[in-house]
Amino acid sequence: MASDVAATQQTSEEPQVALLNRPEVRSMLFQGLLTLAIIYLIYSGITNMFDALDRAGIASGFAFLNSSAGFAISQSLIEYSQSTSTYFDVYVVGVLNTLIVAAIGIVLATILGFVIGVARLSDNWIIGKLSKIYVEIFRNIPLLLHIFIWYFGVLRLLPHPRDSADFGFMGLLNNRGYFAPKPIWGDGSFMIFIAFLIGIVAAFMIGSWAKKRQMATGQQFPTFWAGLGAIIGLPLLVFLVLGAPLTWDIPVAGGFRPSGGMTMIPEFIALLLALTTYTAAFIAEIVRAGILAVNKGQTEAAHALGLRQNKTLNLVIIPQAMRIIIPPLTSQYLNLTKNSSLAVAIAYPDLTSVFAGTALNQQGQAVEFISITMLTYLTISLVTSMFMNWYNARMALVER
Amino acid sequence: MKKTLLTTVMGAVAALGVSAGASSAATLDDVKDKGFIQCGVSQGLPGFSNQDSDGNWSGLDVDLCKGVAAAVFGDATAVKFTPLSAKERFTALQSGEIDILSRNTTWTASRDTQLGLNFAGVNYYDGQGFMVRSELGVNSALELSGASICTNTGTTTELNVADYFAANNMQYELVAFEKADEVVAAYDAGRCDVYTTDASGLYAQRLKLTDPAAHTVLPEIISKEPLGPVVRQGDDQWFNIVRWTHIATLNAEEFGITSANVGEMMGSDNPGIKRLLGGEFGEAMGIPNDWAAQIIKSVGNYAEMFDRNVGPDTPLGIARGVNALWTDGGLQYGPPVR
Repeated sequence: MASDVAATQQTSEEPQVALLNRPEVRSMLFQGLLTLAIIYLIYSGITNMFDALDRAGIASGFAFLNSSAGFAISQSLIEYSQSTSTYFDVYVVGVLNTLIVAAIGIVLATILGFVIGVARLSDNWIIGKLSKIYVEIFRNIPLLLHIFIWYFGVLRLLPHPRDSADFGFMGLLNNRGYFAPKPIWGDGSFMIFIAFLIGIVAAFMIGSWAKKRQMATGQQFPTFWAGLGAIIGLPLLVFLVLGAPLTWDIPVAGGFRPSGGMTMIPEFIALLLALTTYTAAFIAEIVRAGILAVNKGQTEAAHALGLRQNKTLNLVIIPQAMRIIIPPLTSQYLNLTKNSSLAVAIAYPDLTSVFAGTALNQQGQAVEFISITMLTYLTISLVTSMFMNWYNARMALVER
Repeated sequence: MKKTLLTTVMGAVAALGVSAGASSAATLDDVKDKGFIQCGVSQGLPGFSNQDSDGNWSGLDVDLCKGVAAAVFGDATAVKFTPLSAKERFTALQSGEIDILSRNTTWTASRDTQLGLNFAGVNYYDGQGFMVRSELGVNSALELSGASICTNTGTTTELNVADYFAANNMQYELVAFEKADEVVAAYDAGRCDVYTTDASGLYAQRLKLTDPAAHTVLPEIISKEPLGPVVRQGDDQWFNIVRWTHIATLNAEEFGITSANVGEMMGSDNPGIKRLLGGEFGEAMGIPNDWAAQIIKSVGNYAEMFDRNVGPDTPLGIARGVNALWTDGGLQYGPPVR
């Protein structure tokens, strides 16, 4: 008892130290100073920049976004006219062009990457080795070279528009791009789209109903086929009921380039192929690592429970592998999106090329153009990460 | 320890504020201090600024920078060249990375007024043209509706094409590359039907194609492209030096002073020649009084520069045309030195 009192007394009698020498005060002080110094640095950098711009007589501000751009862009997903569109339209065109190549690239790279990653683990010697060779070749050559190879290599091989490769209904291919038939939807076509949306909702409902039933009764239901039927069958039924309101605008060869149809410019094809094949090599390695990281005992246990091979894969291996795969996969998606800015080398009109390139040069306000561009890439990347983090949280191990 | 850290941080902050605030007004003093002129040129345009296999630069735009070096230092080799893309050129000048931009750059109102830059003259009057494959059988730019057109990003050419095709109600597809070499490669590979840039550039780039003879430059000139050297705004002394370097070569041609006879011309009785070669105008610009003599001794008069780099006897084979002296019916007119 007495010794307890002595101990408490000892702790309350802390050695008298100067306020400045107490660790928590000291660390607060220094962190505060550092923060102030950083804020001052940023502040002085920005004011200094505006002073310098002002002194050098360089215009600043964002008024240029409303002025007419006056140059043409080879691919735009929105209505763009060189005579009436503004620099803001140029920005939107650039962002959409970046997003479409990134989005399609991510989907294709994921599919290709998963296929090759799984193939690398194959027992078949040739498939295993071929996948290994693919990965080693594609991930060890700089991306810019990939782009040049696809662009200049593919371009030189494709025929002149006068001798286009003609695939009949499937369109024309020449060195001006791929000219695909363009669907023209007739009256009431929006009903088909609505049916498609209803189909998706129905598929989800069938899924959750089937799960509940299986939990309750143990009976299984062919969810996949039923869902597919709802998503594809329902719009198809509406399409037929409406009397197939769809015609095709098929491109016709002639003149400098085929007329009609939809055009996929060679720059887009080259960039997409380069980004896809390059990123797929990295994704393949991530997938392989993820699958190998699942303990072999898991497979054996699943087999011991009587699960067949594909059930084992779907219910045991892949859910566990995904937890390992998703975080590095996210950074590959971000890389692919950011790498799409290399488009500038082959004249694909992405954000960097048309907005931070052509438009910047016509207008000359580098600070504004580059800040907007950086902010845009940052936003795209953060949104991608947020989505992937949400998906990762869903896939994460739920511990009981 | 605490004190040291604090002083270091504060010192760094102070130093940054001061160095960033330093003005770059007196380009001449900076140039004299470092002992050479930093000149921004193209990444390779034969006749204007092009590098040979030994790394030596030559061309009309290069000679202008050499002339300025001769005027300032009496030594035409006191120049270093920075190859720049069309996109990088103005930023490089604005940021002080180069002292003169002499890179076949078109003088336009927006560039002169919004970029904090000044154009010091026109050393080549150009205009935009079109080049096509001869086998297409096209004889006029008006037959180009629907064509794919290759060009450089960040140039006036993009805007001129837009105006021309809109005015003539024609369709086209523009494929714009960052580097001139990529434009040439893509045009050569058949990506485009048409290659457009300044007419002088078309003649120069045609030499780089697989089969130069298979390509034709169409007769239409669709724009005014006065090309000239550019300096930063707000430094009148440097602006004057660059401007009068060009004018000196024009007056020298008018007086018949060449790099060969400049020595004997020093003793001429013609008052105009006397003022040019021996006046006291150099001092007023902060450079030696024999500035004009040094320029002509090193790079020659305008006619010599033109003939050596782009004239009829070079692979480019460009005639003087509008770039002849005013006395010969051209546009090159040197204000008097007096």
